[in-house]
Amino acid sequence: MPEPEGAISAVGLTKVYNGKLVAVDHIDLRIEEGEVFALLGPNGAGKTTTIGMLTTLVRPTEGSAKVGGYDVSSQPEMVRRAIGVVPQEYTADEDLTGWENLTFIASLYGIPGDEGRRRAQELLDMVELSRFAKTKVEAYSGGMRRRLEIAMGLINSPRILFLDEPTLGLDVQTRTAIWSYIRRLKDEYGMTILFTTHYMEEADSYASRIAIMDRGKVVRIGTPRELKDSIGGDVVTLAVDSMAAAEEVLRSAGIDAKEYDGSLVFKLKDASTALPEILRALMSSGIQIRRMEVSEPTMDEVYMEYTGRRLRDAQASSEEVFAMRATLRRARS
Amino acid sequence: MSSRHYGPLHGIWAIANRELVKWYKVPLIIGMSLVQPILWLALFGKAMNLGNLFTSSSLQIPGLNIPSQVMDELGRDIMLKVFGVTDYFSFLAAGMLSFIVLFMSMNSGMTIVWDRRLGILNKLLTTPVPRSNIVMGKSLASVVKSLVQATVVLLVAVLLGMQFRTGLNPLDFLGTYAVLFLLSMGLSSLFLMLALRSTSWESQMMIMNLVNMPLLFTSNSFYPLQMMPWWLRSVAMVNPITYSNEAIRGLLLGTPGVNLYLDFAYLVAFAALFTGLLALMARRMLSR
Repeated sequence: MPEPEGAISAVGLTKVYNGKLVAVDHIDLRIEEGEVFALLGPNGAGKTTTIGMLTTLVRPTEGSAKVGGYDVSSQPEMVRRAIGVVPQEYTADEDLTGWENLTFIASLYGIPGDEGRRRAQELLDMVELSRFAKTKVEAYSGGMRRRLEIAMGLINSPRILFLDEPTLGLDVQTRTAIWSYIRRLKDEYGMTILFTTHYMEEADSYASRIAIMDRGKVVRIGTPRELKDSIGGDVVTLAVDSMAAAEEVLRSAGIDAKEYDGSLVFKLKDASTALPEILRALMSSGIQIRRMEVSEPTMDEVYMEYTGRRLRDAQASSEEVFAMRATLRRARS
Repeated sequence: MSSRHYGPLHGIWAIANRELVKWYKVPLIIGMSLVQPILWLALFGKAMNLGNLFTSSSLQIPGLNIPSQVMDELGRDIMLKVFGVTDYFSFLAAGMLSFIVLFMSMNSGMTIVWDRRLGILNKLLTTPVPRSNIVMGKSLASVVKSLVQATVVLLVAVLLGMQFRTGLNPLDFLGTYAVLFLLSMGLSSLFLMLALRSTSWESQMMIMNLVNMPLLFTSNSFYPLQMMPWWLRSVAMVNPITYSNEAIRGLLLGTPGVNLYLDFAYLVAFAALFTGLLALMARRMLSR
């Protein structure tokens, strides 16, 4: 049955906590059946709140959203039947075994006992936890717990799967392993997947489309290729002895350079032929070039273009993140 | 998709069952929660055996040659007038059943605070189980725990010498359990309601400690209504524990002057009111 509104659609979706803290600010989304869609942004950008609203955990302040054809505000229970959710935090009960957790969740979805047990076994096999089925979850490692969470999110064979930071806090190796599970699941069940991440490379390599979020807003949506193309050309980084003078020269050539990390960063269409001209102009003004780098745009640069910040910067300010989180927590309680 | 059924009670038993599985996996906790009421029974109940105060062996006034039979009869009469039974221990033991139910039901709120802190609640909230059924499941688990613990307390009391009324029949026990069920349901719902928005188990503990003793001492668990000053009696008359104690004493001990209809009506209203309120509030307050 084709869904006229796609697998997920949101119109003007907004969440304001306590009438002043705008966590999500009028976002519009449309995600088609079978897409793997990423919400990319730093902590506090509103990704988790967006997922919260789409999974009926958080009540929207304004706007509306449909998931699997059902309205999140007026038909929340229908939405919950159609979706699987793997939240950011671990949600398995540590006092129970992996098996008990899975069969418990199965019963919450109204799956009859036999079928629930069959399904639990199937999923444990898939995430390679069968050996630990009868082990209490408190003894699981971070990667094992994450795999169990994914299995729990899939117990009801959802048409739409939400993954909130599925690899948060895991080492690179485990992250790669988790993604190989997710891709296999996708191939096998052909579901729609919406995930959030603040790892550029995850969005770049696993998502069919990406929405960049910043300060509660969706600033840009597109395929990774589209996003990279959209920022207009290659990225040139120059380390020079006199920033101000170099900036002046570049400006007269019609180039708007940004200072970053002691270097000048600017975009240049067709850099291989255009750059020599610019270097000549710089050197004839007596500017020494100490280092030069030309690169195809990365997601990092795309992010910088649309938010004015590097994702790394946004992450680096941990104090800001903590303050934001604390505020959110207070606002919710 | 296969057959999925979502009745109006969907998920209640699954949620309750999870709590119960966790509970009987740790026998230590079951044992520890029994310590308090059993101490009350064994120490207080046995030492404060008021019935012994007025017997010929304990009361011999020099110079007055009161026949021991008169002394004994007098003692029995006083006890019957005040407590409705001749031994205080049985009076207290019946009260202890409501005590353990209060004790266990209070913990219902803790389960939701923990689930919230550990993130489990967020998972539950994304499943098709209605919000009201999530809390009802927790309440049900609390009720089952309460009734199991009450059974243990009853057995211990019998071993320590609790005496039932003559002509006791199985229906009296059935009635006792019905009373405890209603009391537990109301109390569990009340404490769950207080915990709906709470994220701190410290404040939940404080509420429990704050409410625990007052609820007990403003009831007729330790002393009968007619011994209370008027102001305390008027508080006790609203306390549901008073009604459960009265009903249980009427059923098991045969204390006179018990209006079972009134007791049951009050407890049914108490349980229904707080269960309804809880379901209503859960629907509004569990989402953010």
